[in-house]
Amino acid sequence: MQPEEAPATVLLAGWGRATRTAADLVEPLTASGVEAAISDSGLRGVVARGMGRSYGDAALNAGGTVISTLRLDSLSDGGVVAGAGVSLRRLLAHLIPRGTTLPVLPGTAEVSVGGAIAADVHGKNHHVDGAFSEYVESFRLATPGGMINVSREREPQLFNATVGGMGLTGAIVDATLKTEAISSPFVSMDTDRVGDLESLMTLMSEGDERYKFSVAWIDCFARAASLGRGVLQRANYASELPEATLARGESQFERGPRLAPPDLVPTGALRPIAVSAFNEFRYRRSPSREREKLEAFPAFFHPLDVVADWNRLYGRAGFVQYQFVVPYGAEDVVRRVLDEQVRSPSYLAVLKQMGPSSGGMLSFPIEGWTLALDFPVAYEGLGEMLDRFDQWVAEVGGRVYLAKDSRMSSGLVEAMYPRLSEWREVAGGVDPEGVFRSDLSRRLRIKE
Amino acid sequence: MENAFGIPQSVLAIGGASEIAVAVLKAMAGKGLERVVLAGRSRESLASAEAQIRDSGVADVETMEWDVADGRRQESLVDAAFVAGGEFDLVLLSAGVLGSTSAAEAEPNEAIAVMETNYVGPAVVSLAVSQRLKAQGHGVIVLLSSVAAVRPRRANYVYGSSKAGIDFFCRGLAESLAGTGVRIVVVRPGFVHTKMTAGMPEAPFSTTADDVAREVIRGLARKDAVIWTPSILRWVSLVMRHLPLWLWRKVQERES
Repeated sequence: MQPEEAPATVLLAGWGRATRTAADLVEPLTASGVEAAISDSGLRGVVARGMGRSYGDAALNAGGTVISTLRLDSLSDGGVVAGAGVSLRRLLAHLIPRGTTLPVLPGTAEVSVGGAIAADVHGKNHHVDGAFSEYVESFRLATPGGMINVSREREPQLFNATVGGMGLTGAIVDATLKTEAISSPFVSMDTDRVGDLESLMTLMSEGDERYKFSVAWIDCFARAASLGRGVLQRANYASELPEATLARGESQFERGPRLAPPDLVPTGALRPIAVSAFNEFRYRRSPSREREKLEAFPAFFHPLDVVADWNRLYGRAGFVQYQFVVPYGAEDVVRRVLDEQVRSPSYLAVLKQMGPSSGGMLSFPIEGWTLALDFPVAYEGLGEMLDRFDQWVAEVGGRVYLAKDSRMSSGLVEAMYPRLSEWREVAGGVDPEGVFRSDLSRRLRIKE
Repeated sequence: MENAFGIPQSVLAIGGASEIAVAVLKAMAGKGLERVVLAGRSRESLASAEAQIRDSGVADVETMEWDVADGRRQESLVDAAFVAGGEFDLVLLSAGVLGSTSAAEAEPNEAIAVMETNYVGPAVVSLAVSQRLKAQGHGVIVLLSSVAAVRPRRANYVYGSSKAGIDFFCRGLAESLAGTGVRIVVVRPGFVHTKMTAGMPEAPFSTTADDVAREVIRGLARKDAVIWTPSILRWVSLVMRHLPLWLWRKVQERES
């Protein structure tokens, strides 16, 4: 076993690379190491960090302590008790040959179990199966007052404050997860190319319930009559596959990323005109209608994972992802956002429907439509535009996803997350001195 | 915390009553700026700046007396500001005087105030502030330099040398701060129409305080280390710097 090292001050960034601050990074090997790091933390507090895939400043703690969970990497043979730092990719590599999978997979497998719980991530099946936390049986939470075994039954309040709680109630050490049996690591996918937003949303409203998975990619450069045109991919688990195909599928999660751009891309190198052309190509290349295509899990769930560090493509200044959800009936907000962003179009956009919320007090999903948009930070006027979107989203009872946020002002958080005061009480109970904090909690005044 | 666009929630502005400082702060209001401490020499101009920033929508504005010319007092002033104000996401160094080249040539002691206000004081401030920002693990120092720092001219070399000095100093300090989460941004405006330059002959590539503010906001989002305003000065200055001396003299003659 390697010795635990003294903390080193390092510069950490969010996945969007637009937020960077320095903190003392500790990498404990054990649960007691996590507890020691918490009690050793200074005036600027502590937060846990996994794979660093939060886009903004959720896993940053400027001037304070950051606990890396990556060496809390135990994985039980049953495959359901995982250290907080175990990545979903490693978990899948373990589960899939055993004929099971995780019921909820976010858009990348390069996230940790701890991070998935803290952000209460969702997948393409949220409209059917709900968020990640629905399949969390229990977890151990290291708090300033000691280690707490948390489950829905034993600690319902703390459970619901911690799932989606952005790491601000304590540090998750390990978790017991539910898995789902599958007959093969393949999905049977239907694709529809749809020429405008209206038709896309209609198609999704009418048919999504027949699919376990549904997600639409939108070409944000398309204007006027083509506004919101996109490619809708919907799928169910595939069944009864030939042996050879099955064998091919099982090894898929063993492989890591195969490509990586260098860290030398200048700001603005990825030009709107190039993205526009790529989007045109991607839209045209997609079949206008295709049924029951067999697609392996990684290609369907995590297409971007093939490229390591794809966030570098946005250059030094980085990018922001803006993901919001609005309830049914507020479809107009989705349209207005798409209409407005055309002047500085999003490079990558994803639309999907969400099912009812789970119990997480600060969990992002609510029933309705969610749209995620990527923008290079250096776009002129982007900040003001997103501030306007915040207003529209808050007005209809929607919210912005905290795991993606790096720019919102503190004023709207309470409106977007009406259970915040309830959350503060629970968080204050296990962490009365506010030891757990992050750049996100400072910026949005989540704990105040 | 500053957000992804580099917009701060709290700012300490030293030379906070200057038109450029007020323009920058007003441009940040409504984008997430919540708290401002304006530091400067004159109570009256601070009060007027405070009113303008409040009007632009920042509720929490305080003022603090601060004479940047007294180099030995800077460290304790910085300590006082951080002890009273807690954390600052951005520290704006916009104190400066233009002075008079001809006055200094006639009476050498006249040059001292320019050097102390534009170089000695801000250099000590930036050292003291950078220690504070390093401890908090984040923050930006924005230094108002000048295009006058690029190449000496007979008309303003006293001022220009002080700006060249602080510009150089801050870029060096920025190197030493790499990896600490603290950044230094050097802003080099051309001729800016303000009180300080009122009555002076207008130079080419002139700009306004509002334009400077706009470029500062753009540069913060882009994480530029040097911000030129107007932005074309980045290229013009490159030419200026490399003109042969005889031609550089001709340019100066035409200007005066």
